[in-house]
Parts: sequence; C-alpha cells; structure tokens
Amino acid sequence: MLIDDSRPIFVQIAERIENDIVDGTLAEESQVPSTNEFAAFYRINPATAAKGVGRLADEGLLYKKRGIGMFVAAGARAKLLERRREEFFRQYVQPLTREARKLGITSEQLMQMLGRSDSGTQLPEGSVAQ
Amino acid sequence: MTGTATSEVISVRNVSKKYKDSLALDSVDLTLEGGKIYGLLGRNGAGKTTLMSVLTAQNFQTSGEVRVFGQRPYENDGVLSRICFIRESQKYPDDFTAAQAFQAASMFFGGWDQPFADRLVEEFQLPAKRRIKKLSRGQLSAVGVIIGLASRAEITFFDEPYLGLDAVARQIFYDRLVQDFTEHPRTIVLSSHLIDEVANLLEHVILIDKGRVLVDEDAESIRGSAVTGVGPAALVDEFTAGRAVLHREAFASLASVTIEARLSEQERAEAGELGLELAPVTLQQLIVRKTMAATGAELAVVERENDPELEATK
Repeated sequence: MLIDDSRPIFVQIAERIENDIVDGTLAEESQVPSTNEFAAFYRINPATAAKGVGRLADEGLLYKKRGIGMFVAAGARAKLLERRREEFFRQYVQPLTREARKLGITSEQLMQMLGRSDSGTQLPEGSVAQ
Repeated sequence: MTGTATSEVISVRNVSKKYKDSLALDSVDLTLEGGKIYGLLGRNGAGKTTLMSVLTAQNFQTSGEVRVFGQRPYENDGVLSRICFIRESQKYPDDFTAAQAFQAASMFFGGWDQPFADRLVEEFQLPAKRRIKKLSRGQLSAVGVIIGLASRAEITFFDEPYLGLDAVARQIFYDRLVQDFTEHPRTIVLSSHLIDEVANLLEHVILIDKGRVLVDEDAESIRGSAVTGVGPAALVDEFTAGRAVLHREAFASLASVTIEARLSEQERAEAGELGLELAPVTLQQLIVRKTMAATGAELAVVERENDPELEATK
C-alpha cells in the first residue's frame, strides 16, 4: 500500500516529498513532480496532492517558479534534518529509555548496547552532523 | 488547488421525495461546488439514485428547491445539456450499436471528445460495432463509463457505473477518471458501494441513509478521524471511556473498540503504555460504522417507544 488510512493523504504526500529531500533523491533547486503527476501515480484526487505540495511551499521548503513548477528551496534539507532529529528523540529515544527503565537497564548499559549496535552498521558520511 | 473556481454548482434546499408510504429523501440540504469529485455513498435504497434523478430532472421532489447552475433543472435545456447522468442500468435504443450511442452522445454534449472515446473503446476492449443488447453486462457498463468520461459534461453523475466490470476494467475507469479530471477539471458525483476502491479519488464525501444526509465532509477531514483500539477489554474500555464509541466488539478477554477521535501523539503513547494496539479505520469501515450507528440509535428509540418496561427501567 502506498497510501494508508491513518492520516490525511495530503500529509502523507508532504512526508514523501520530505523524505526524498532528506535522503537526497530530490536535491535542492531540483524540480518536484507536478500535482498531476502525484495524482496519477498515487491514484489520488489532484486537489489532495496539491494540498500536500502546498503545505511544503507554505513552510518554505518548496518554492514556485512561475509557469514551470515547484522546486526544492535552498536550505530545505538542513531545515528538515533539524525537525526530524527532534522527532527522532520523541519517536525513538523516549520510548527506548522508557522500555529500558522497565527492564532495569541502566543508562550505562543502554549506552553500551547502543555502541554495540552502532559498530555493526556503517553510518553514511555526514549523516550525524554533531 | 488546481486553479478552478470553487463556486456552487448544485444547491439542494430542504428537498423531500415521498413515494406512496416511504420517504426516499428526507429534508436534504446540500451544496456542491464545481471542480470537485464527490462520493455519494450509502446503502441500497438509501436514496442516492433518487437524489441524482431529482438533480438531473428525471424525477421530481415532493417538496423543497433544487438549483443546478443556479436554475431549476426541469425541462431546462440550458442546464440539462451541461450535465451527464450515467445510471446503473442505463437504457439505450434497442438496435443501437455502442458506436451509435457514442454518436448520439457527441451530438448532445458540446464537450464530447471523440479521440478520447476511441481510446477508451480500445482500453475496455469494447466491440463498438456490436448491438448494445448483445453486449455482456460488463461491456454495457463500459459503454456508460465511456459516455460519462468522453462527454466531459460540467457535472457528471456516475451511479454505480461498474456493474459487471472486472477489477482490471474498474482500475482503467478510476485511472482515466483521475487523469481526465486533472486535465479537464469538472464536477463528478460518483455513487459507489466499492468505497475502498474509490476512497482516495474523492475530495468530498456525502453519506446518505434512509433519505437523510449523515455525513457531508471533505474526505481528508474524515481520514484518520476514527481509530480502533484492540487489547484487554478492561484496558480498552479505560482508554475509550468518555469518547464517542462507534463500535465495540469483544472476544474472550479482548475487546476491539472503534472511537471517533483524532488521537494526539501523547494519547497514542498512552495507548501504547497500556499495551493497546491502535489500527487505522478505512473510509469504508467508517461509513459502515456510521450507518450502523445511525440505524442502532433509531432501533433503540423504537424499542423504547414500544416497550414501556424498558422505558421505566431506564
């Protein structure tokens, strides 16, 4: 399933574009598919697709070139990464520490586990900027 | 938005339609805007076809006012030439071939696109030179779908247009509908029982039950407006207490409760802490639940009225 029923579709369209910006599929200053292309590809109402694109434009992540289409704004990726890190903390770190506490895992043990897990995976360069 | 003006194209004010002893439409109030795809949903006999017939002047309301493009549609060529109504069992003159039906449609609808109709004939693999009465049920539906799409009428009503169409043909219909709507925005009213199939195409949803409008809302604001919680009954009930419950199902010590609520991240986390699983509710499930809830509420009233004891023990 490309689109799920848990949330409005325009939110899901906006998130997909955000994902593409974050992972570099959509580079800054590159053109975003048109509303009609989104509608045809995801088989959704074009007004809904337009709302998703419009939301990112309102947030300054996309901008419009008159008569051509929508483009990814400069600085969009950095802005999204910032936001995603906040979300990462709430979505992953908080539940993780909560569960760890439940199981009696201390902070030190948790750090060790993270280290152990980290050594097994190669992080892409520049993905952890701090 | 696609740049189309969202002006009112249909207005229905306090419209009722009485048959001998039943009320097919009961004080219906609706406003439809141009350039949108509407889903007209409801059970068989809910009043969908009656409503569309009244809007296209093929039937008359008993009371109330109907305006299409600001005018009364009855015997009004200026209005009727701009609307197309494809019925579930559309009738054609006996000896017509599909090609002749298309030709007739092309003379009636100013916006008719013959090359588009030809492409659709190919895609649906319709034997256009065969007499319509010799066509299969699915092929007959394809004729209606092609007329509905290629006529490009400003308002097009599709009343369950898919009877006999297989899954592939239905997908072709949905794909061409979205594509053509994108290129030629207009108003589409799509009545369907296959809600899951059309849900993502709709911009606005109208649910009718027993002649009354139960839901009249943007599809996007309905999406995610309900959620089902599953888990140990006591915990599920604790979590859903004080909320609008649409449906409750129990199995052994487990319960599955559907509530009308847009949960915050905080509330989702709370449900997680309680060990509950949360599942999204599809538009189709929501429509079924709302229809059943309305029927249930009505039955409860009838029961109370018919049962003085129940009334006394309340």
